[in-house]
Amino acid sequence: MASFDYVIKDVHGIHARPATELFKLIKGRDCVVKVAKGDKEVPFKGVMGIMSLGAKQGDSVKFSFEGAEADALMAEVKAFMEANL
Amino acid sequence: MVVYSGKSVFGGIAIGKICVYAKEDSQVKRERIEDPEAEIKRYHEAKDVAIEQLGVLYEKALKEVGEDGAGVFEAHQMMLDDGDYIDGVENIIRTQSVNAEYAVAQTGDQMAQMFLDMEDEYFRGRAADVHDISERLIGVLSGKGSGGIQTDEQVIIVADDLAPSETVQMDKDKILSFVTVHGSANSHTSILAKTMNIPAMIGCDIPLDDTVNGKMAVVDGFEGKVYIEPNEETMAAKKKLYEEEQEKKALLEQLKGKDNVTLDGQHINLYANIGNTKDLGLVLKNDAGGIGLFRSEFIYLGSQDYPTEEEQFEIYKTVAQTMAGKKVIIRTLDIGADKQADYFALPKEENPAMGLRAIRICLTRPEVFKTQLRAILRASAFGKIAIMFPMIISLEEVKEIKGIVNEVKTELDDAGISYDKNIELGIMIETPAAVMVADELAEEVDFFSVGTNDLTQYTLAIDRQNDSLEKFYNSHHPAILKMLKMIVDAAHRHGAWAGICGELGADLTLTKDFLAMGFDELSVSPGRILPLRKIVLETDVSEYKKSLNEANP
Repeated sequence: MASFDYVIKDVHGIHARPATELFKLIKGRDCVVKVAKGDKEVPFKGVMGIMSLGAKQGDSVKFSFEGAEADALMAEVKAFMEANL
Repeated sequence: MVVYSGKSVFGGIAIGKICVYAKEDSQVKRERIEDPEAEIKRYHEAKDVAIEQLGVLYEKALKEVGEDGAGVFEAHQMMLDDGDYIDGVENIIRTQSVNAEYAVAQTGDQMAQMFLDMEDEYFRGRAADVHDISERLIGVLSGKGSGGIQTDEQVIIVADDLAPSETVQMDKDKILSFVTVHGSANSHTSILAKTMNIPAMIGCDIPLDDTVNGKMAVVDGFEGKVYIEPNEETMAAKKKLYEEEQEKKALLEQLKGKDNVTLDGQHINLYANIGNTKDLGLVLKNDAGGIGLFRSEFIYLGSQDYPTEEEQFEIYKTVAQTMAGKKVIIRTLDIGADKQADYFALPKEENPAMGLRAIRICLTRPEVFKTQLRAILRASAFGKIAIMFPMIISLEEVKEIKGIVNEVKTELDDAGISYDKNIELGIMIETPAAVMVADELAEEVDFFSVGTNDLTQYTLAIDRQNDSLEKFYNSHHPAILKMLKMIVDAAHRHGAWAGICGELGADLTLTKDFLAMGFDELSVSPGRILPLRKIVLETDVSEYKKSLNEANP
C-alpha cells in the first residue's frame, strides 16, 4: 500500500472544482483510494465523500492507494495536489 | 410602496416587473415495488439521462457565462456518479423494496444534511447542490419536467432560492436582477449575477406570492433593498442613479485601454490620486496609467505611534507590486495643518496652514524622514516608484533633501539591500515661492507636480474652508493660470516633466488649457480618469491654441 500526506495550501480547500478533477483522475483506475483527515477516513468513491471531509487550507490529508496502479496513481494525485491545492 | 431588505450580493439598479419563480412542488411518494433489481436498473437509466441533461446545460452555460459559471454542472455530473450516493440509493431500494424516487429523495436528504452539518460555509452551500441533483433525478424518474419562467418582457426574478440548473435555463436577456429569500454569497446565483453584471440580493424577506408578482419594482443592489411599486420620489431618485450607472458603464466600455492622445498626437499621462491601499482596485478598474499621488499620511494617521520601517515597507511594496510596473509616486508624509496625529506632538500653532508641516517636519525630525525614505527605497526594488516632497519653498530645502536621500542610499548599499538606483525624485509646487524659483528647482529634480489646492490658497491669500469668502475665491484666477504656465515652462527648460495632482487637474473645463500649456501628466481621483480621457481624445490642441490666440491677440 502506498500513501502520502499533504497539507492544503489553497485558500478554498478541497472544493467542488478540484474534487471533480481528482475524481476524474482516479475513476476507472485499478486501485482503491482512501482519503483521511484527522481520524476520519473515507473511501474515495466520488466527490461527495472527499468533500465531506471539509478539508480546508492548512488541513493535513492522507491519501492511501492499494492495487495494481497504486504507485503510478499516487504520483499523479501528488502532482495534482501540488499544482492545484 | 412597500420596501423589503436583504443582503446585497452585487450592486446596481434594476427597474422592472417582478416575476416570482416558484418551483414545481415535487412531493415524493414512498411506494412498494415488486422487483428491486429492475428498479435499480431504472434508477441507473435515469441517472444517465440526468448526466446527459447536465452536459447540455454545461455547454449552454459555457457559452453564456464561461468556465467559472459552467463548472458547477460538471461537478453535478460527478455528484450523480458518486459511489457513496449510488450505494445509498441502491441500498434503500434493495432493503426496503421501494421506488427509486423515494430512495433518491432519502439519500439526497441524508447527504445534504451531512453538508449542512459542516462548519465551513462553502461546504454547507454544497447541500444545495445535492438537492439540485436529487431533484433532477426525481424529475427524470417521474417523467415531470422542471419549471421555467415564461415571460416576454424583462423581469426581476424573485424566488425562495435558485439552483444552478434553474438559472441556466432562464433566458439571460430577460433577467434584470435576482432577489432570493435564501441563498449565500458563494452560491451559483451570486456568481451568475456578478458575471452578468446585474444587481442581486439574498436573504430578503420578500413574500413569494401575488402581493409582489407582476408588480413594478426597483432593486437597489447598492442598498440591498427592493421597492415594490415605488412612489414618484423614489422612482425618480432611483432612475437617476440608474442612468448615472449606465453612463459610467458605457464610458468604461468605450474608453478603457485607449491611449491618452489628442487628435493631433499629443500625449498626456492620466494617473490616479489615492490615500489608501483599499483604493488600488479603483485605480486599475479605471485604467489609470499610474499613481500620481500616493498620500502616505494615512499610514501615520491610522496609527497610535510612528509606523515602523517594516510596516511602511510592506505597504509600499504591495502598492508597487499591484501596479505591476506602472509608476507609483509616493509623497512623503504631509502631516500638519488639518491632518493631525497626536503622537507627533506638534506644537499648537496660530497659523497651522503656514506652520510646521510636511517637509518641515521631516527636515526637523530626520529619523522619521529617514525611516520613511528607507521603506520607500527598499520597496522601489519591487516596482516603479518615484518619491515626491511636499510644501517646498526653496532650493536649500531640495539640496538638503537630496543629501538625506543619498545618505539613505549609501546605508542601503552598505547593507547590500537593493533599491531602484535611478528612482525619480520630484517636488510639489504648491507655494508661490516655489513658482518664482521654479527654474532653479527644475535643475535639481526630475519632475514637478502642482498642488493646486494649497497653491491657490497661498496665492489668493484665501482660506478655502472659510465659507464667508466664497465670493472672493476663484479657482480659475488668472494668477493661478499664469503660474501653471510658468511651472510647466520652467520644468521643460531643465528637462523635467510637469503634472498636476491638485483638484484643478480634474476640472474638465480646463483640460484643453492644460494640454495647451503642455502638461505631461494629470493625476486625479480614479473616477475622473475616463471622463478626462474622453476630452483628451476629442481635443485638437493646435486648433485650440489658435482659437486662444484669436481670442486674445
